[in-house]
Amino acid sequence: MPFDYRRAPDPESAVAAATGWSGVAFLAGGTNLVDHLKLGLVAPDVLVDISRLPLDAVDELPDGGLRVGATVRNTDLAAHPVVRRDYPVLARAVLSGASGQIRNLATTGGNLLQRTRCVYFQDITTPCNKREPGTGCSAIGGYTRHHAILGASAHCVATHPSDMAVAMAALDAQVAVLGEGGRRVVPLVELHRLPGDEPHRDTVLSPADLITWVDLPPLPPGTRSLYRKVRDRASFAFALVSVAAVLRVERGVVRDVRIALGGVAHKPWRARRAEDVLRGERTGEEVFRRAIDAELAGAAPLAGNGFKVPLTRNLVVSALRELSRGER
Amino acid sequence: MTDLLRPRVLGRSPRRVDGPAKVTGTARYAGDQHVVDPAHLHLVQAEVARGVLTEVEVGAARALDGVLAVLTPDNAPRLASARDAELAALQSHDVAFRGQVVAAVVARTREIAREAAALVRVRIDPRPHDVHLSADRDDLYAPEKVNGGADTDTSRGDLGTGLAHSPFTLDQTYTTAWYNNNPMEPHTTTALWLDGDLVLYDSTQGVHTTRQATAKVLGLDPRRVHVISPHVGGGFGAKGTAHVHAIVAAMAARAVPGTPVKLALTRQQMFSLVGYRTPTVQRVRMGCDADGRLAAVALDAVSQTSRVKEFAEQTARPTRMMYAAPNRRTTHRLAALDVPVPSWMRAPGECPGMFGPEVAVDELAAACGVDPVEFRVRNEPDVDPETGKPFSSRNLVACLREGARRFGWEHRDPTPRAREEAGWLVGTGVAASTYPVSRTPGSVAAIRCTGPGRYLVRIGAADLGTGTWTSLAQVAADALGVDFGDVELRIGDTALPEASVAGGSSGITSWGSTVVAAAEALRERFGDDPAAGDEVRAGMPDNPAAGRYAMHAFGAQFAEVRVHVDTGEVRVARLLGVFAVGRVVNPRLARSQLVGGMTMGLSMALHEHSVVDERFGHVVNHDFAEYHIATNADVPRVEAHWVEEHDPHTNPMGTKGVGEIGIVGTAAAIANAAHHATGVRVRDLPITLDHFL
Repeated sequence: MPFDYRRAPDPESAVAAATGWSGVAFLAGGTNLVDHLKLGLVAPDVLVDISRLPLDAVDELPDGGLRVGATVRNTDLAAHPVVRRDYPVLARAVLSGASGQIRNLATTGGNLLQRTRCVYFQDITTPCNKREPGTGCSAIGGYTRHHAILGASAHCVATHPSDMAVAMAALDAQVAVLGEGGRRVVPLVELHRLPGDEPHRDTVLSPADLITWVDLPPLPPGTRSLYRKVRDRASFAFALVSVAAVLRVERGVVRDVRIALGGVAHKPWRARRAEDVLRGERTGEEVFRRAIDAELAGAAPLAGNGFKVPLTRNLVVSALRELSRGER
Repeated sequence: MTDLLRPRVLGRSPRRVDGPAKVTGTARYAGDQHVVDPAHLHLVQAEVARGVLTEVEVGAARALDGVLAVLTPDNAPRLASARDAELAALQSHDVAFRGQVVAAVVARTREIAREAAALVRVRIDPRPHDVHLSADRDDLYAPEKVNGGADTDTSRGDLGTGLAHSPFTLDQTYTTAWYNNNPMEPHTTTALWLDGDLVLYDSTQGVHTTRQATAKVLGLDPRRVHVISPHVGGGFGAKGTAHVHAIVAAMAARAVPGTPVKLALTRQQMFSLVGYRTPTVQRVRMGCDADGRLAAVALDAVSQTSRVKEFAEQTARPTRMMYAAPNRRTTHRLAALDVPVPSWMRAPGECPGMFGPEVAVDELAAACGVDPVEFRVRNEPDVDPETGKPFSSRNLVACLREGARRFGWEHRDPTPRAREEAGWLVGTGVAASTYPVSRTPGSVAAIRCTGPGRYLVRIGAADLGTGTWTSLAQVAADALGVDFGDVELRIGDTALPEASVAGGSSGITSWGSTVVAAAEALRERFGDDPAAGDEVRAGMPDNPAAGRYAMHAFGAQFAEVRVHVDTGEVRVARLLGVFAVGRVVNPRLARSQLVGGMTMGLSMALHEHSVVDERFGHVVNHDFAEYHIATNADVPRVEAHWVEEHDPHTNPMGTKGVGEIGIVGTAAAIANAAHHATGVRVRDLPITLDHFL
């Protein structure tokens, strides 16, 4: 379908240009949106090109944290020396996603807002509540290898495909949003929604809301982090399950732990129950297992993805084991 | 016995003749051909698997600015022949599979065509469909013949007795998945009509076979169809037979007189319109004595075909000639389903058919405590077990021995799950490869002397990226006794003499034999020193040895597989193949073919899987993000070697073909190695991590 194309010189004009339209989309790297235009998944009335907004810097914050602009390319984010030094979990996560070519184009904001790769969502010939509310979920009873085991609903079992967002969830990142009503900050873990009975809404944002940057709080000294991704081939594949884990151990006791899971839910999944079990405990295989089992008690695998439960368990235990190795 | 060509240029590795054009982007593929002011075509496909078309509403599409024509079953011209249901485009209101072409839009630009195609409203009265393949179906049937013309069933001795008297027996079922060929270049056709002649720039493995097929369907004298295809971006069998898009492109070009029409299928469309490899169910039964000597071998293979056109994968064919065993049986049964038409995919028959039996051999060897290399050596037949004919040459044992030596097989501990390195279980496995030496009759070559010691060689052969531009010129140079640079080769055009399809690894055997015959004819007629302008034509001669010998290439593939203890992730750390493929024309190109085949075999073993949602009837993971093909990161180390093999019977070059054998046996070697690593026997491809959790 023909659409209007506008290029915004600054964030405020981008939001203004997008306001009042129901079919509006911000265009940055285009690595997801352009595919969707071709596949007929979306037919916006207006595209607001934000790729040239002055939001492409990574800046150190006075509190020791980091501000990542919304149009920073994934490649540049992963290669940034401060990210590599202070947030290895994030650098690893970004590098494990997509391909070099795609990371060269894809942006921070776009990565957060990419849509599910559920094959039924991406195929306009099959019903999908996310694409067309009320038509039904084809994945239920269908091909669900990549689908959710946590937090799904009878209306949608899709997963969020981002690696970067999983790392940011574990880092307690804060997302700055500019909208019609001005600026606000949304914790990353609250940016994405569970599907419930409105699976067409991926996030809490409104159509004219523009992500301007993401702030990463500093990690206390002695904190270790890692990102592990399991997928069906060694490169260029979405996670079956991934884990971003941040751990600080003092004298053998867990002082700080943050675990986020990818590939298991409609959003980057913070494993709060597992964290609660671990906090204050002495590290060890048994407590690692008990922690993830507490998290997975709520798992509801589908016919085609039951393997994700033991996979998640093994992956998280192995990640915690690795992070606590050598800690006393 | 033929006198083989004395190799001067054969066996060397001149660089690809077409290389510079390809790396500089100037090689013209079917979609790159310059035609004046072309229109673009986009196909509309059925969204149900079976039904009757009740209405195709084209008003909104027609109204779009830039739309030139919309073809539907209601207005499409009648074709001269609708006998080939796959090619009978827009001739019927019946829908036989999901994805069938039900309309086509011609427009000024590709974007408008695509947009208009989305506006075509197709109403189909749906009927119950059935796309479920199972060996338990009660409607399986035996085809008259299987692909390649082989017998459907065979039997020697008495299987039951053979099994009953064997102390070690196996009865297991193995499955291979649905695979789509997926060459990088999508199927592309540029069609134009010139004074009643049809010109097709087509992405095809055979310009003359495409001409024959399209001429018949369109009711044209084949001489009025001109097919041009100098470069092809991969085919793997999917471009070996004409598919419906070429017919629709021709019809569309006729609908807009004077305007050439371009069509490139989308990746998604390729999953239903250009053939694919059928899934197979393979019941293998084997029996052997305590020394591992086989007394009985049987393979009952079930695969699928479409209801409207039969394709019978020859899955059990290699079992007939692979190992000695007095009691043998093979069968093929088909389920006719509401699915797209299956077709050739790299090594049809042998590729799926060497998965089940080669894993079974591994299982049986382990059961009787014989090393799997040694097991195969002990069952080496003296003559072709099926026909009793001697092999023209058979060097499977040499491949196994040389492979074992190079791979470091010697000190292998056969105990499964015995080796762990940094969280990875490590195992090794072996499997055999084989592929028949095929020749396809019908080729003609013309050779003209263009100056002292210089020749122009013309034959409508195909280069799919395989290297024909180079390797066939090498054959010609030795046949003419001149240097490589003194031969100018022309291929890929029906203006050239007739050539057989590039399929079944028969290209060099067929075209090469023809070129050699033409060179001999030239010498006979004009002596050793022909003058400029002297020219001959010759057809492919019969091979008198063809009926007397069983002719096959062989190989042995070794794999090292790592499976992660915690996650089950499967990685192939190393693949090593040793092949006996007769004389190697061009080592650089041959290695590329063999390594490519092995890589595709790895991809089949671990990744590729067209997932059919039976409720809808189509492959739902129909793009490169979801249909996984091995990436570079999945293929760290692949080595291909060959043993010296002198076969005077196959053809004057002594070649056997290298395009397909590399993919045969790879998946079994990897499955066997995965078992050795973990103790888990995976009998259903692909070998994904969930098997090991």
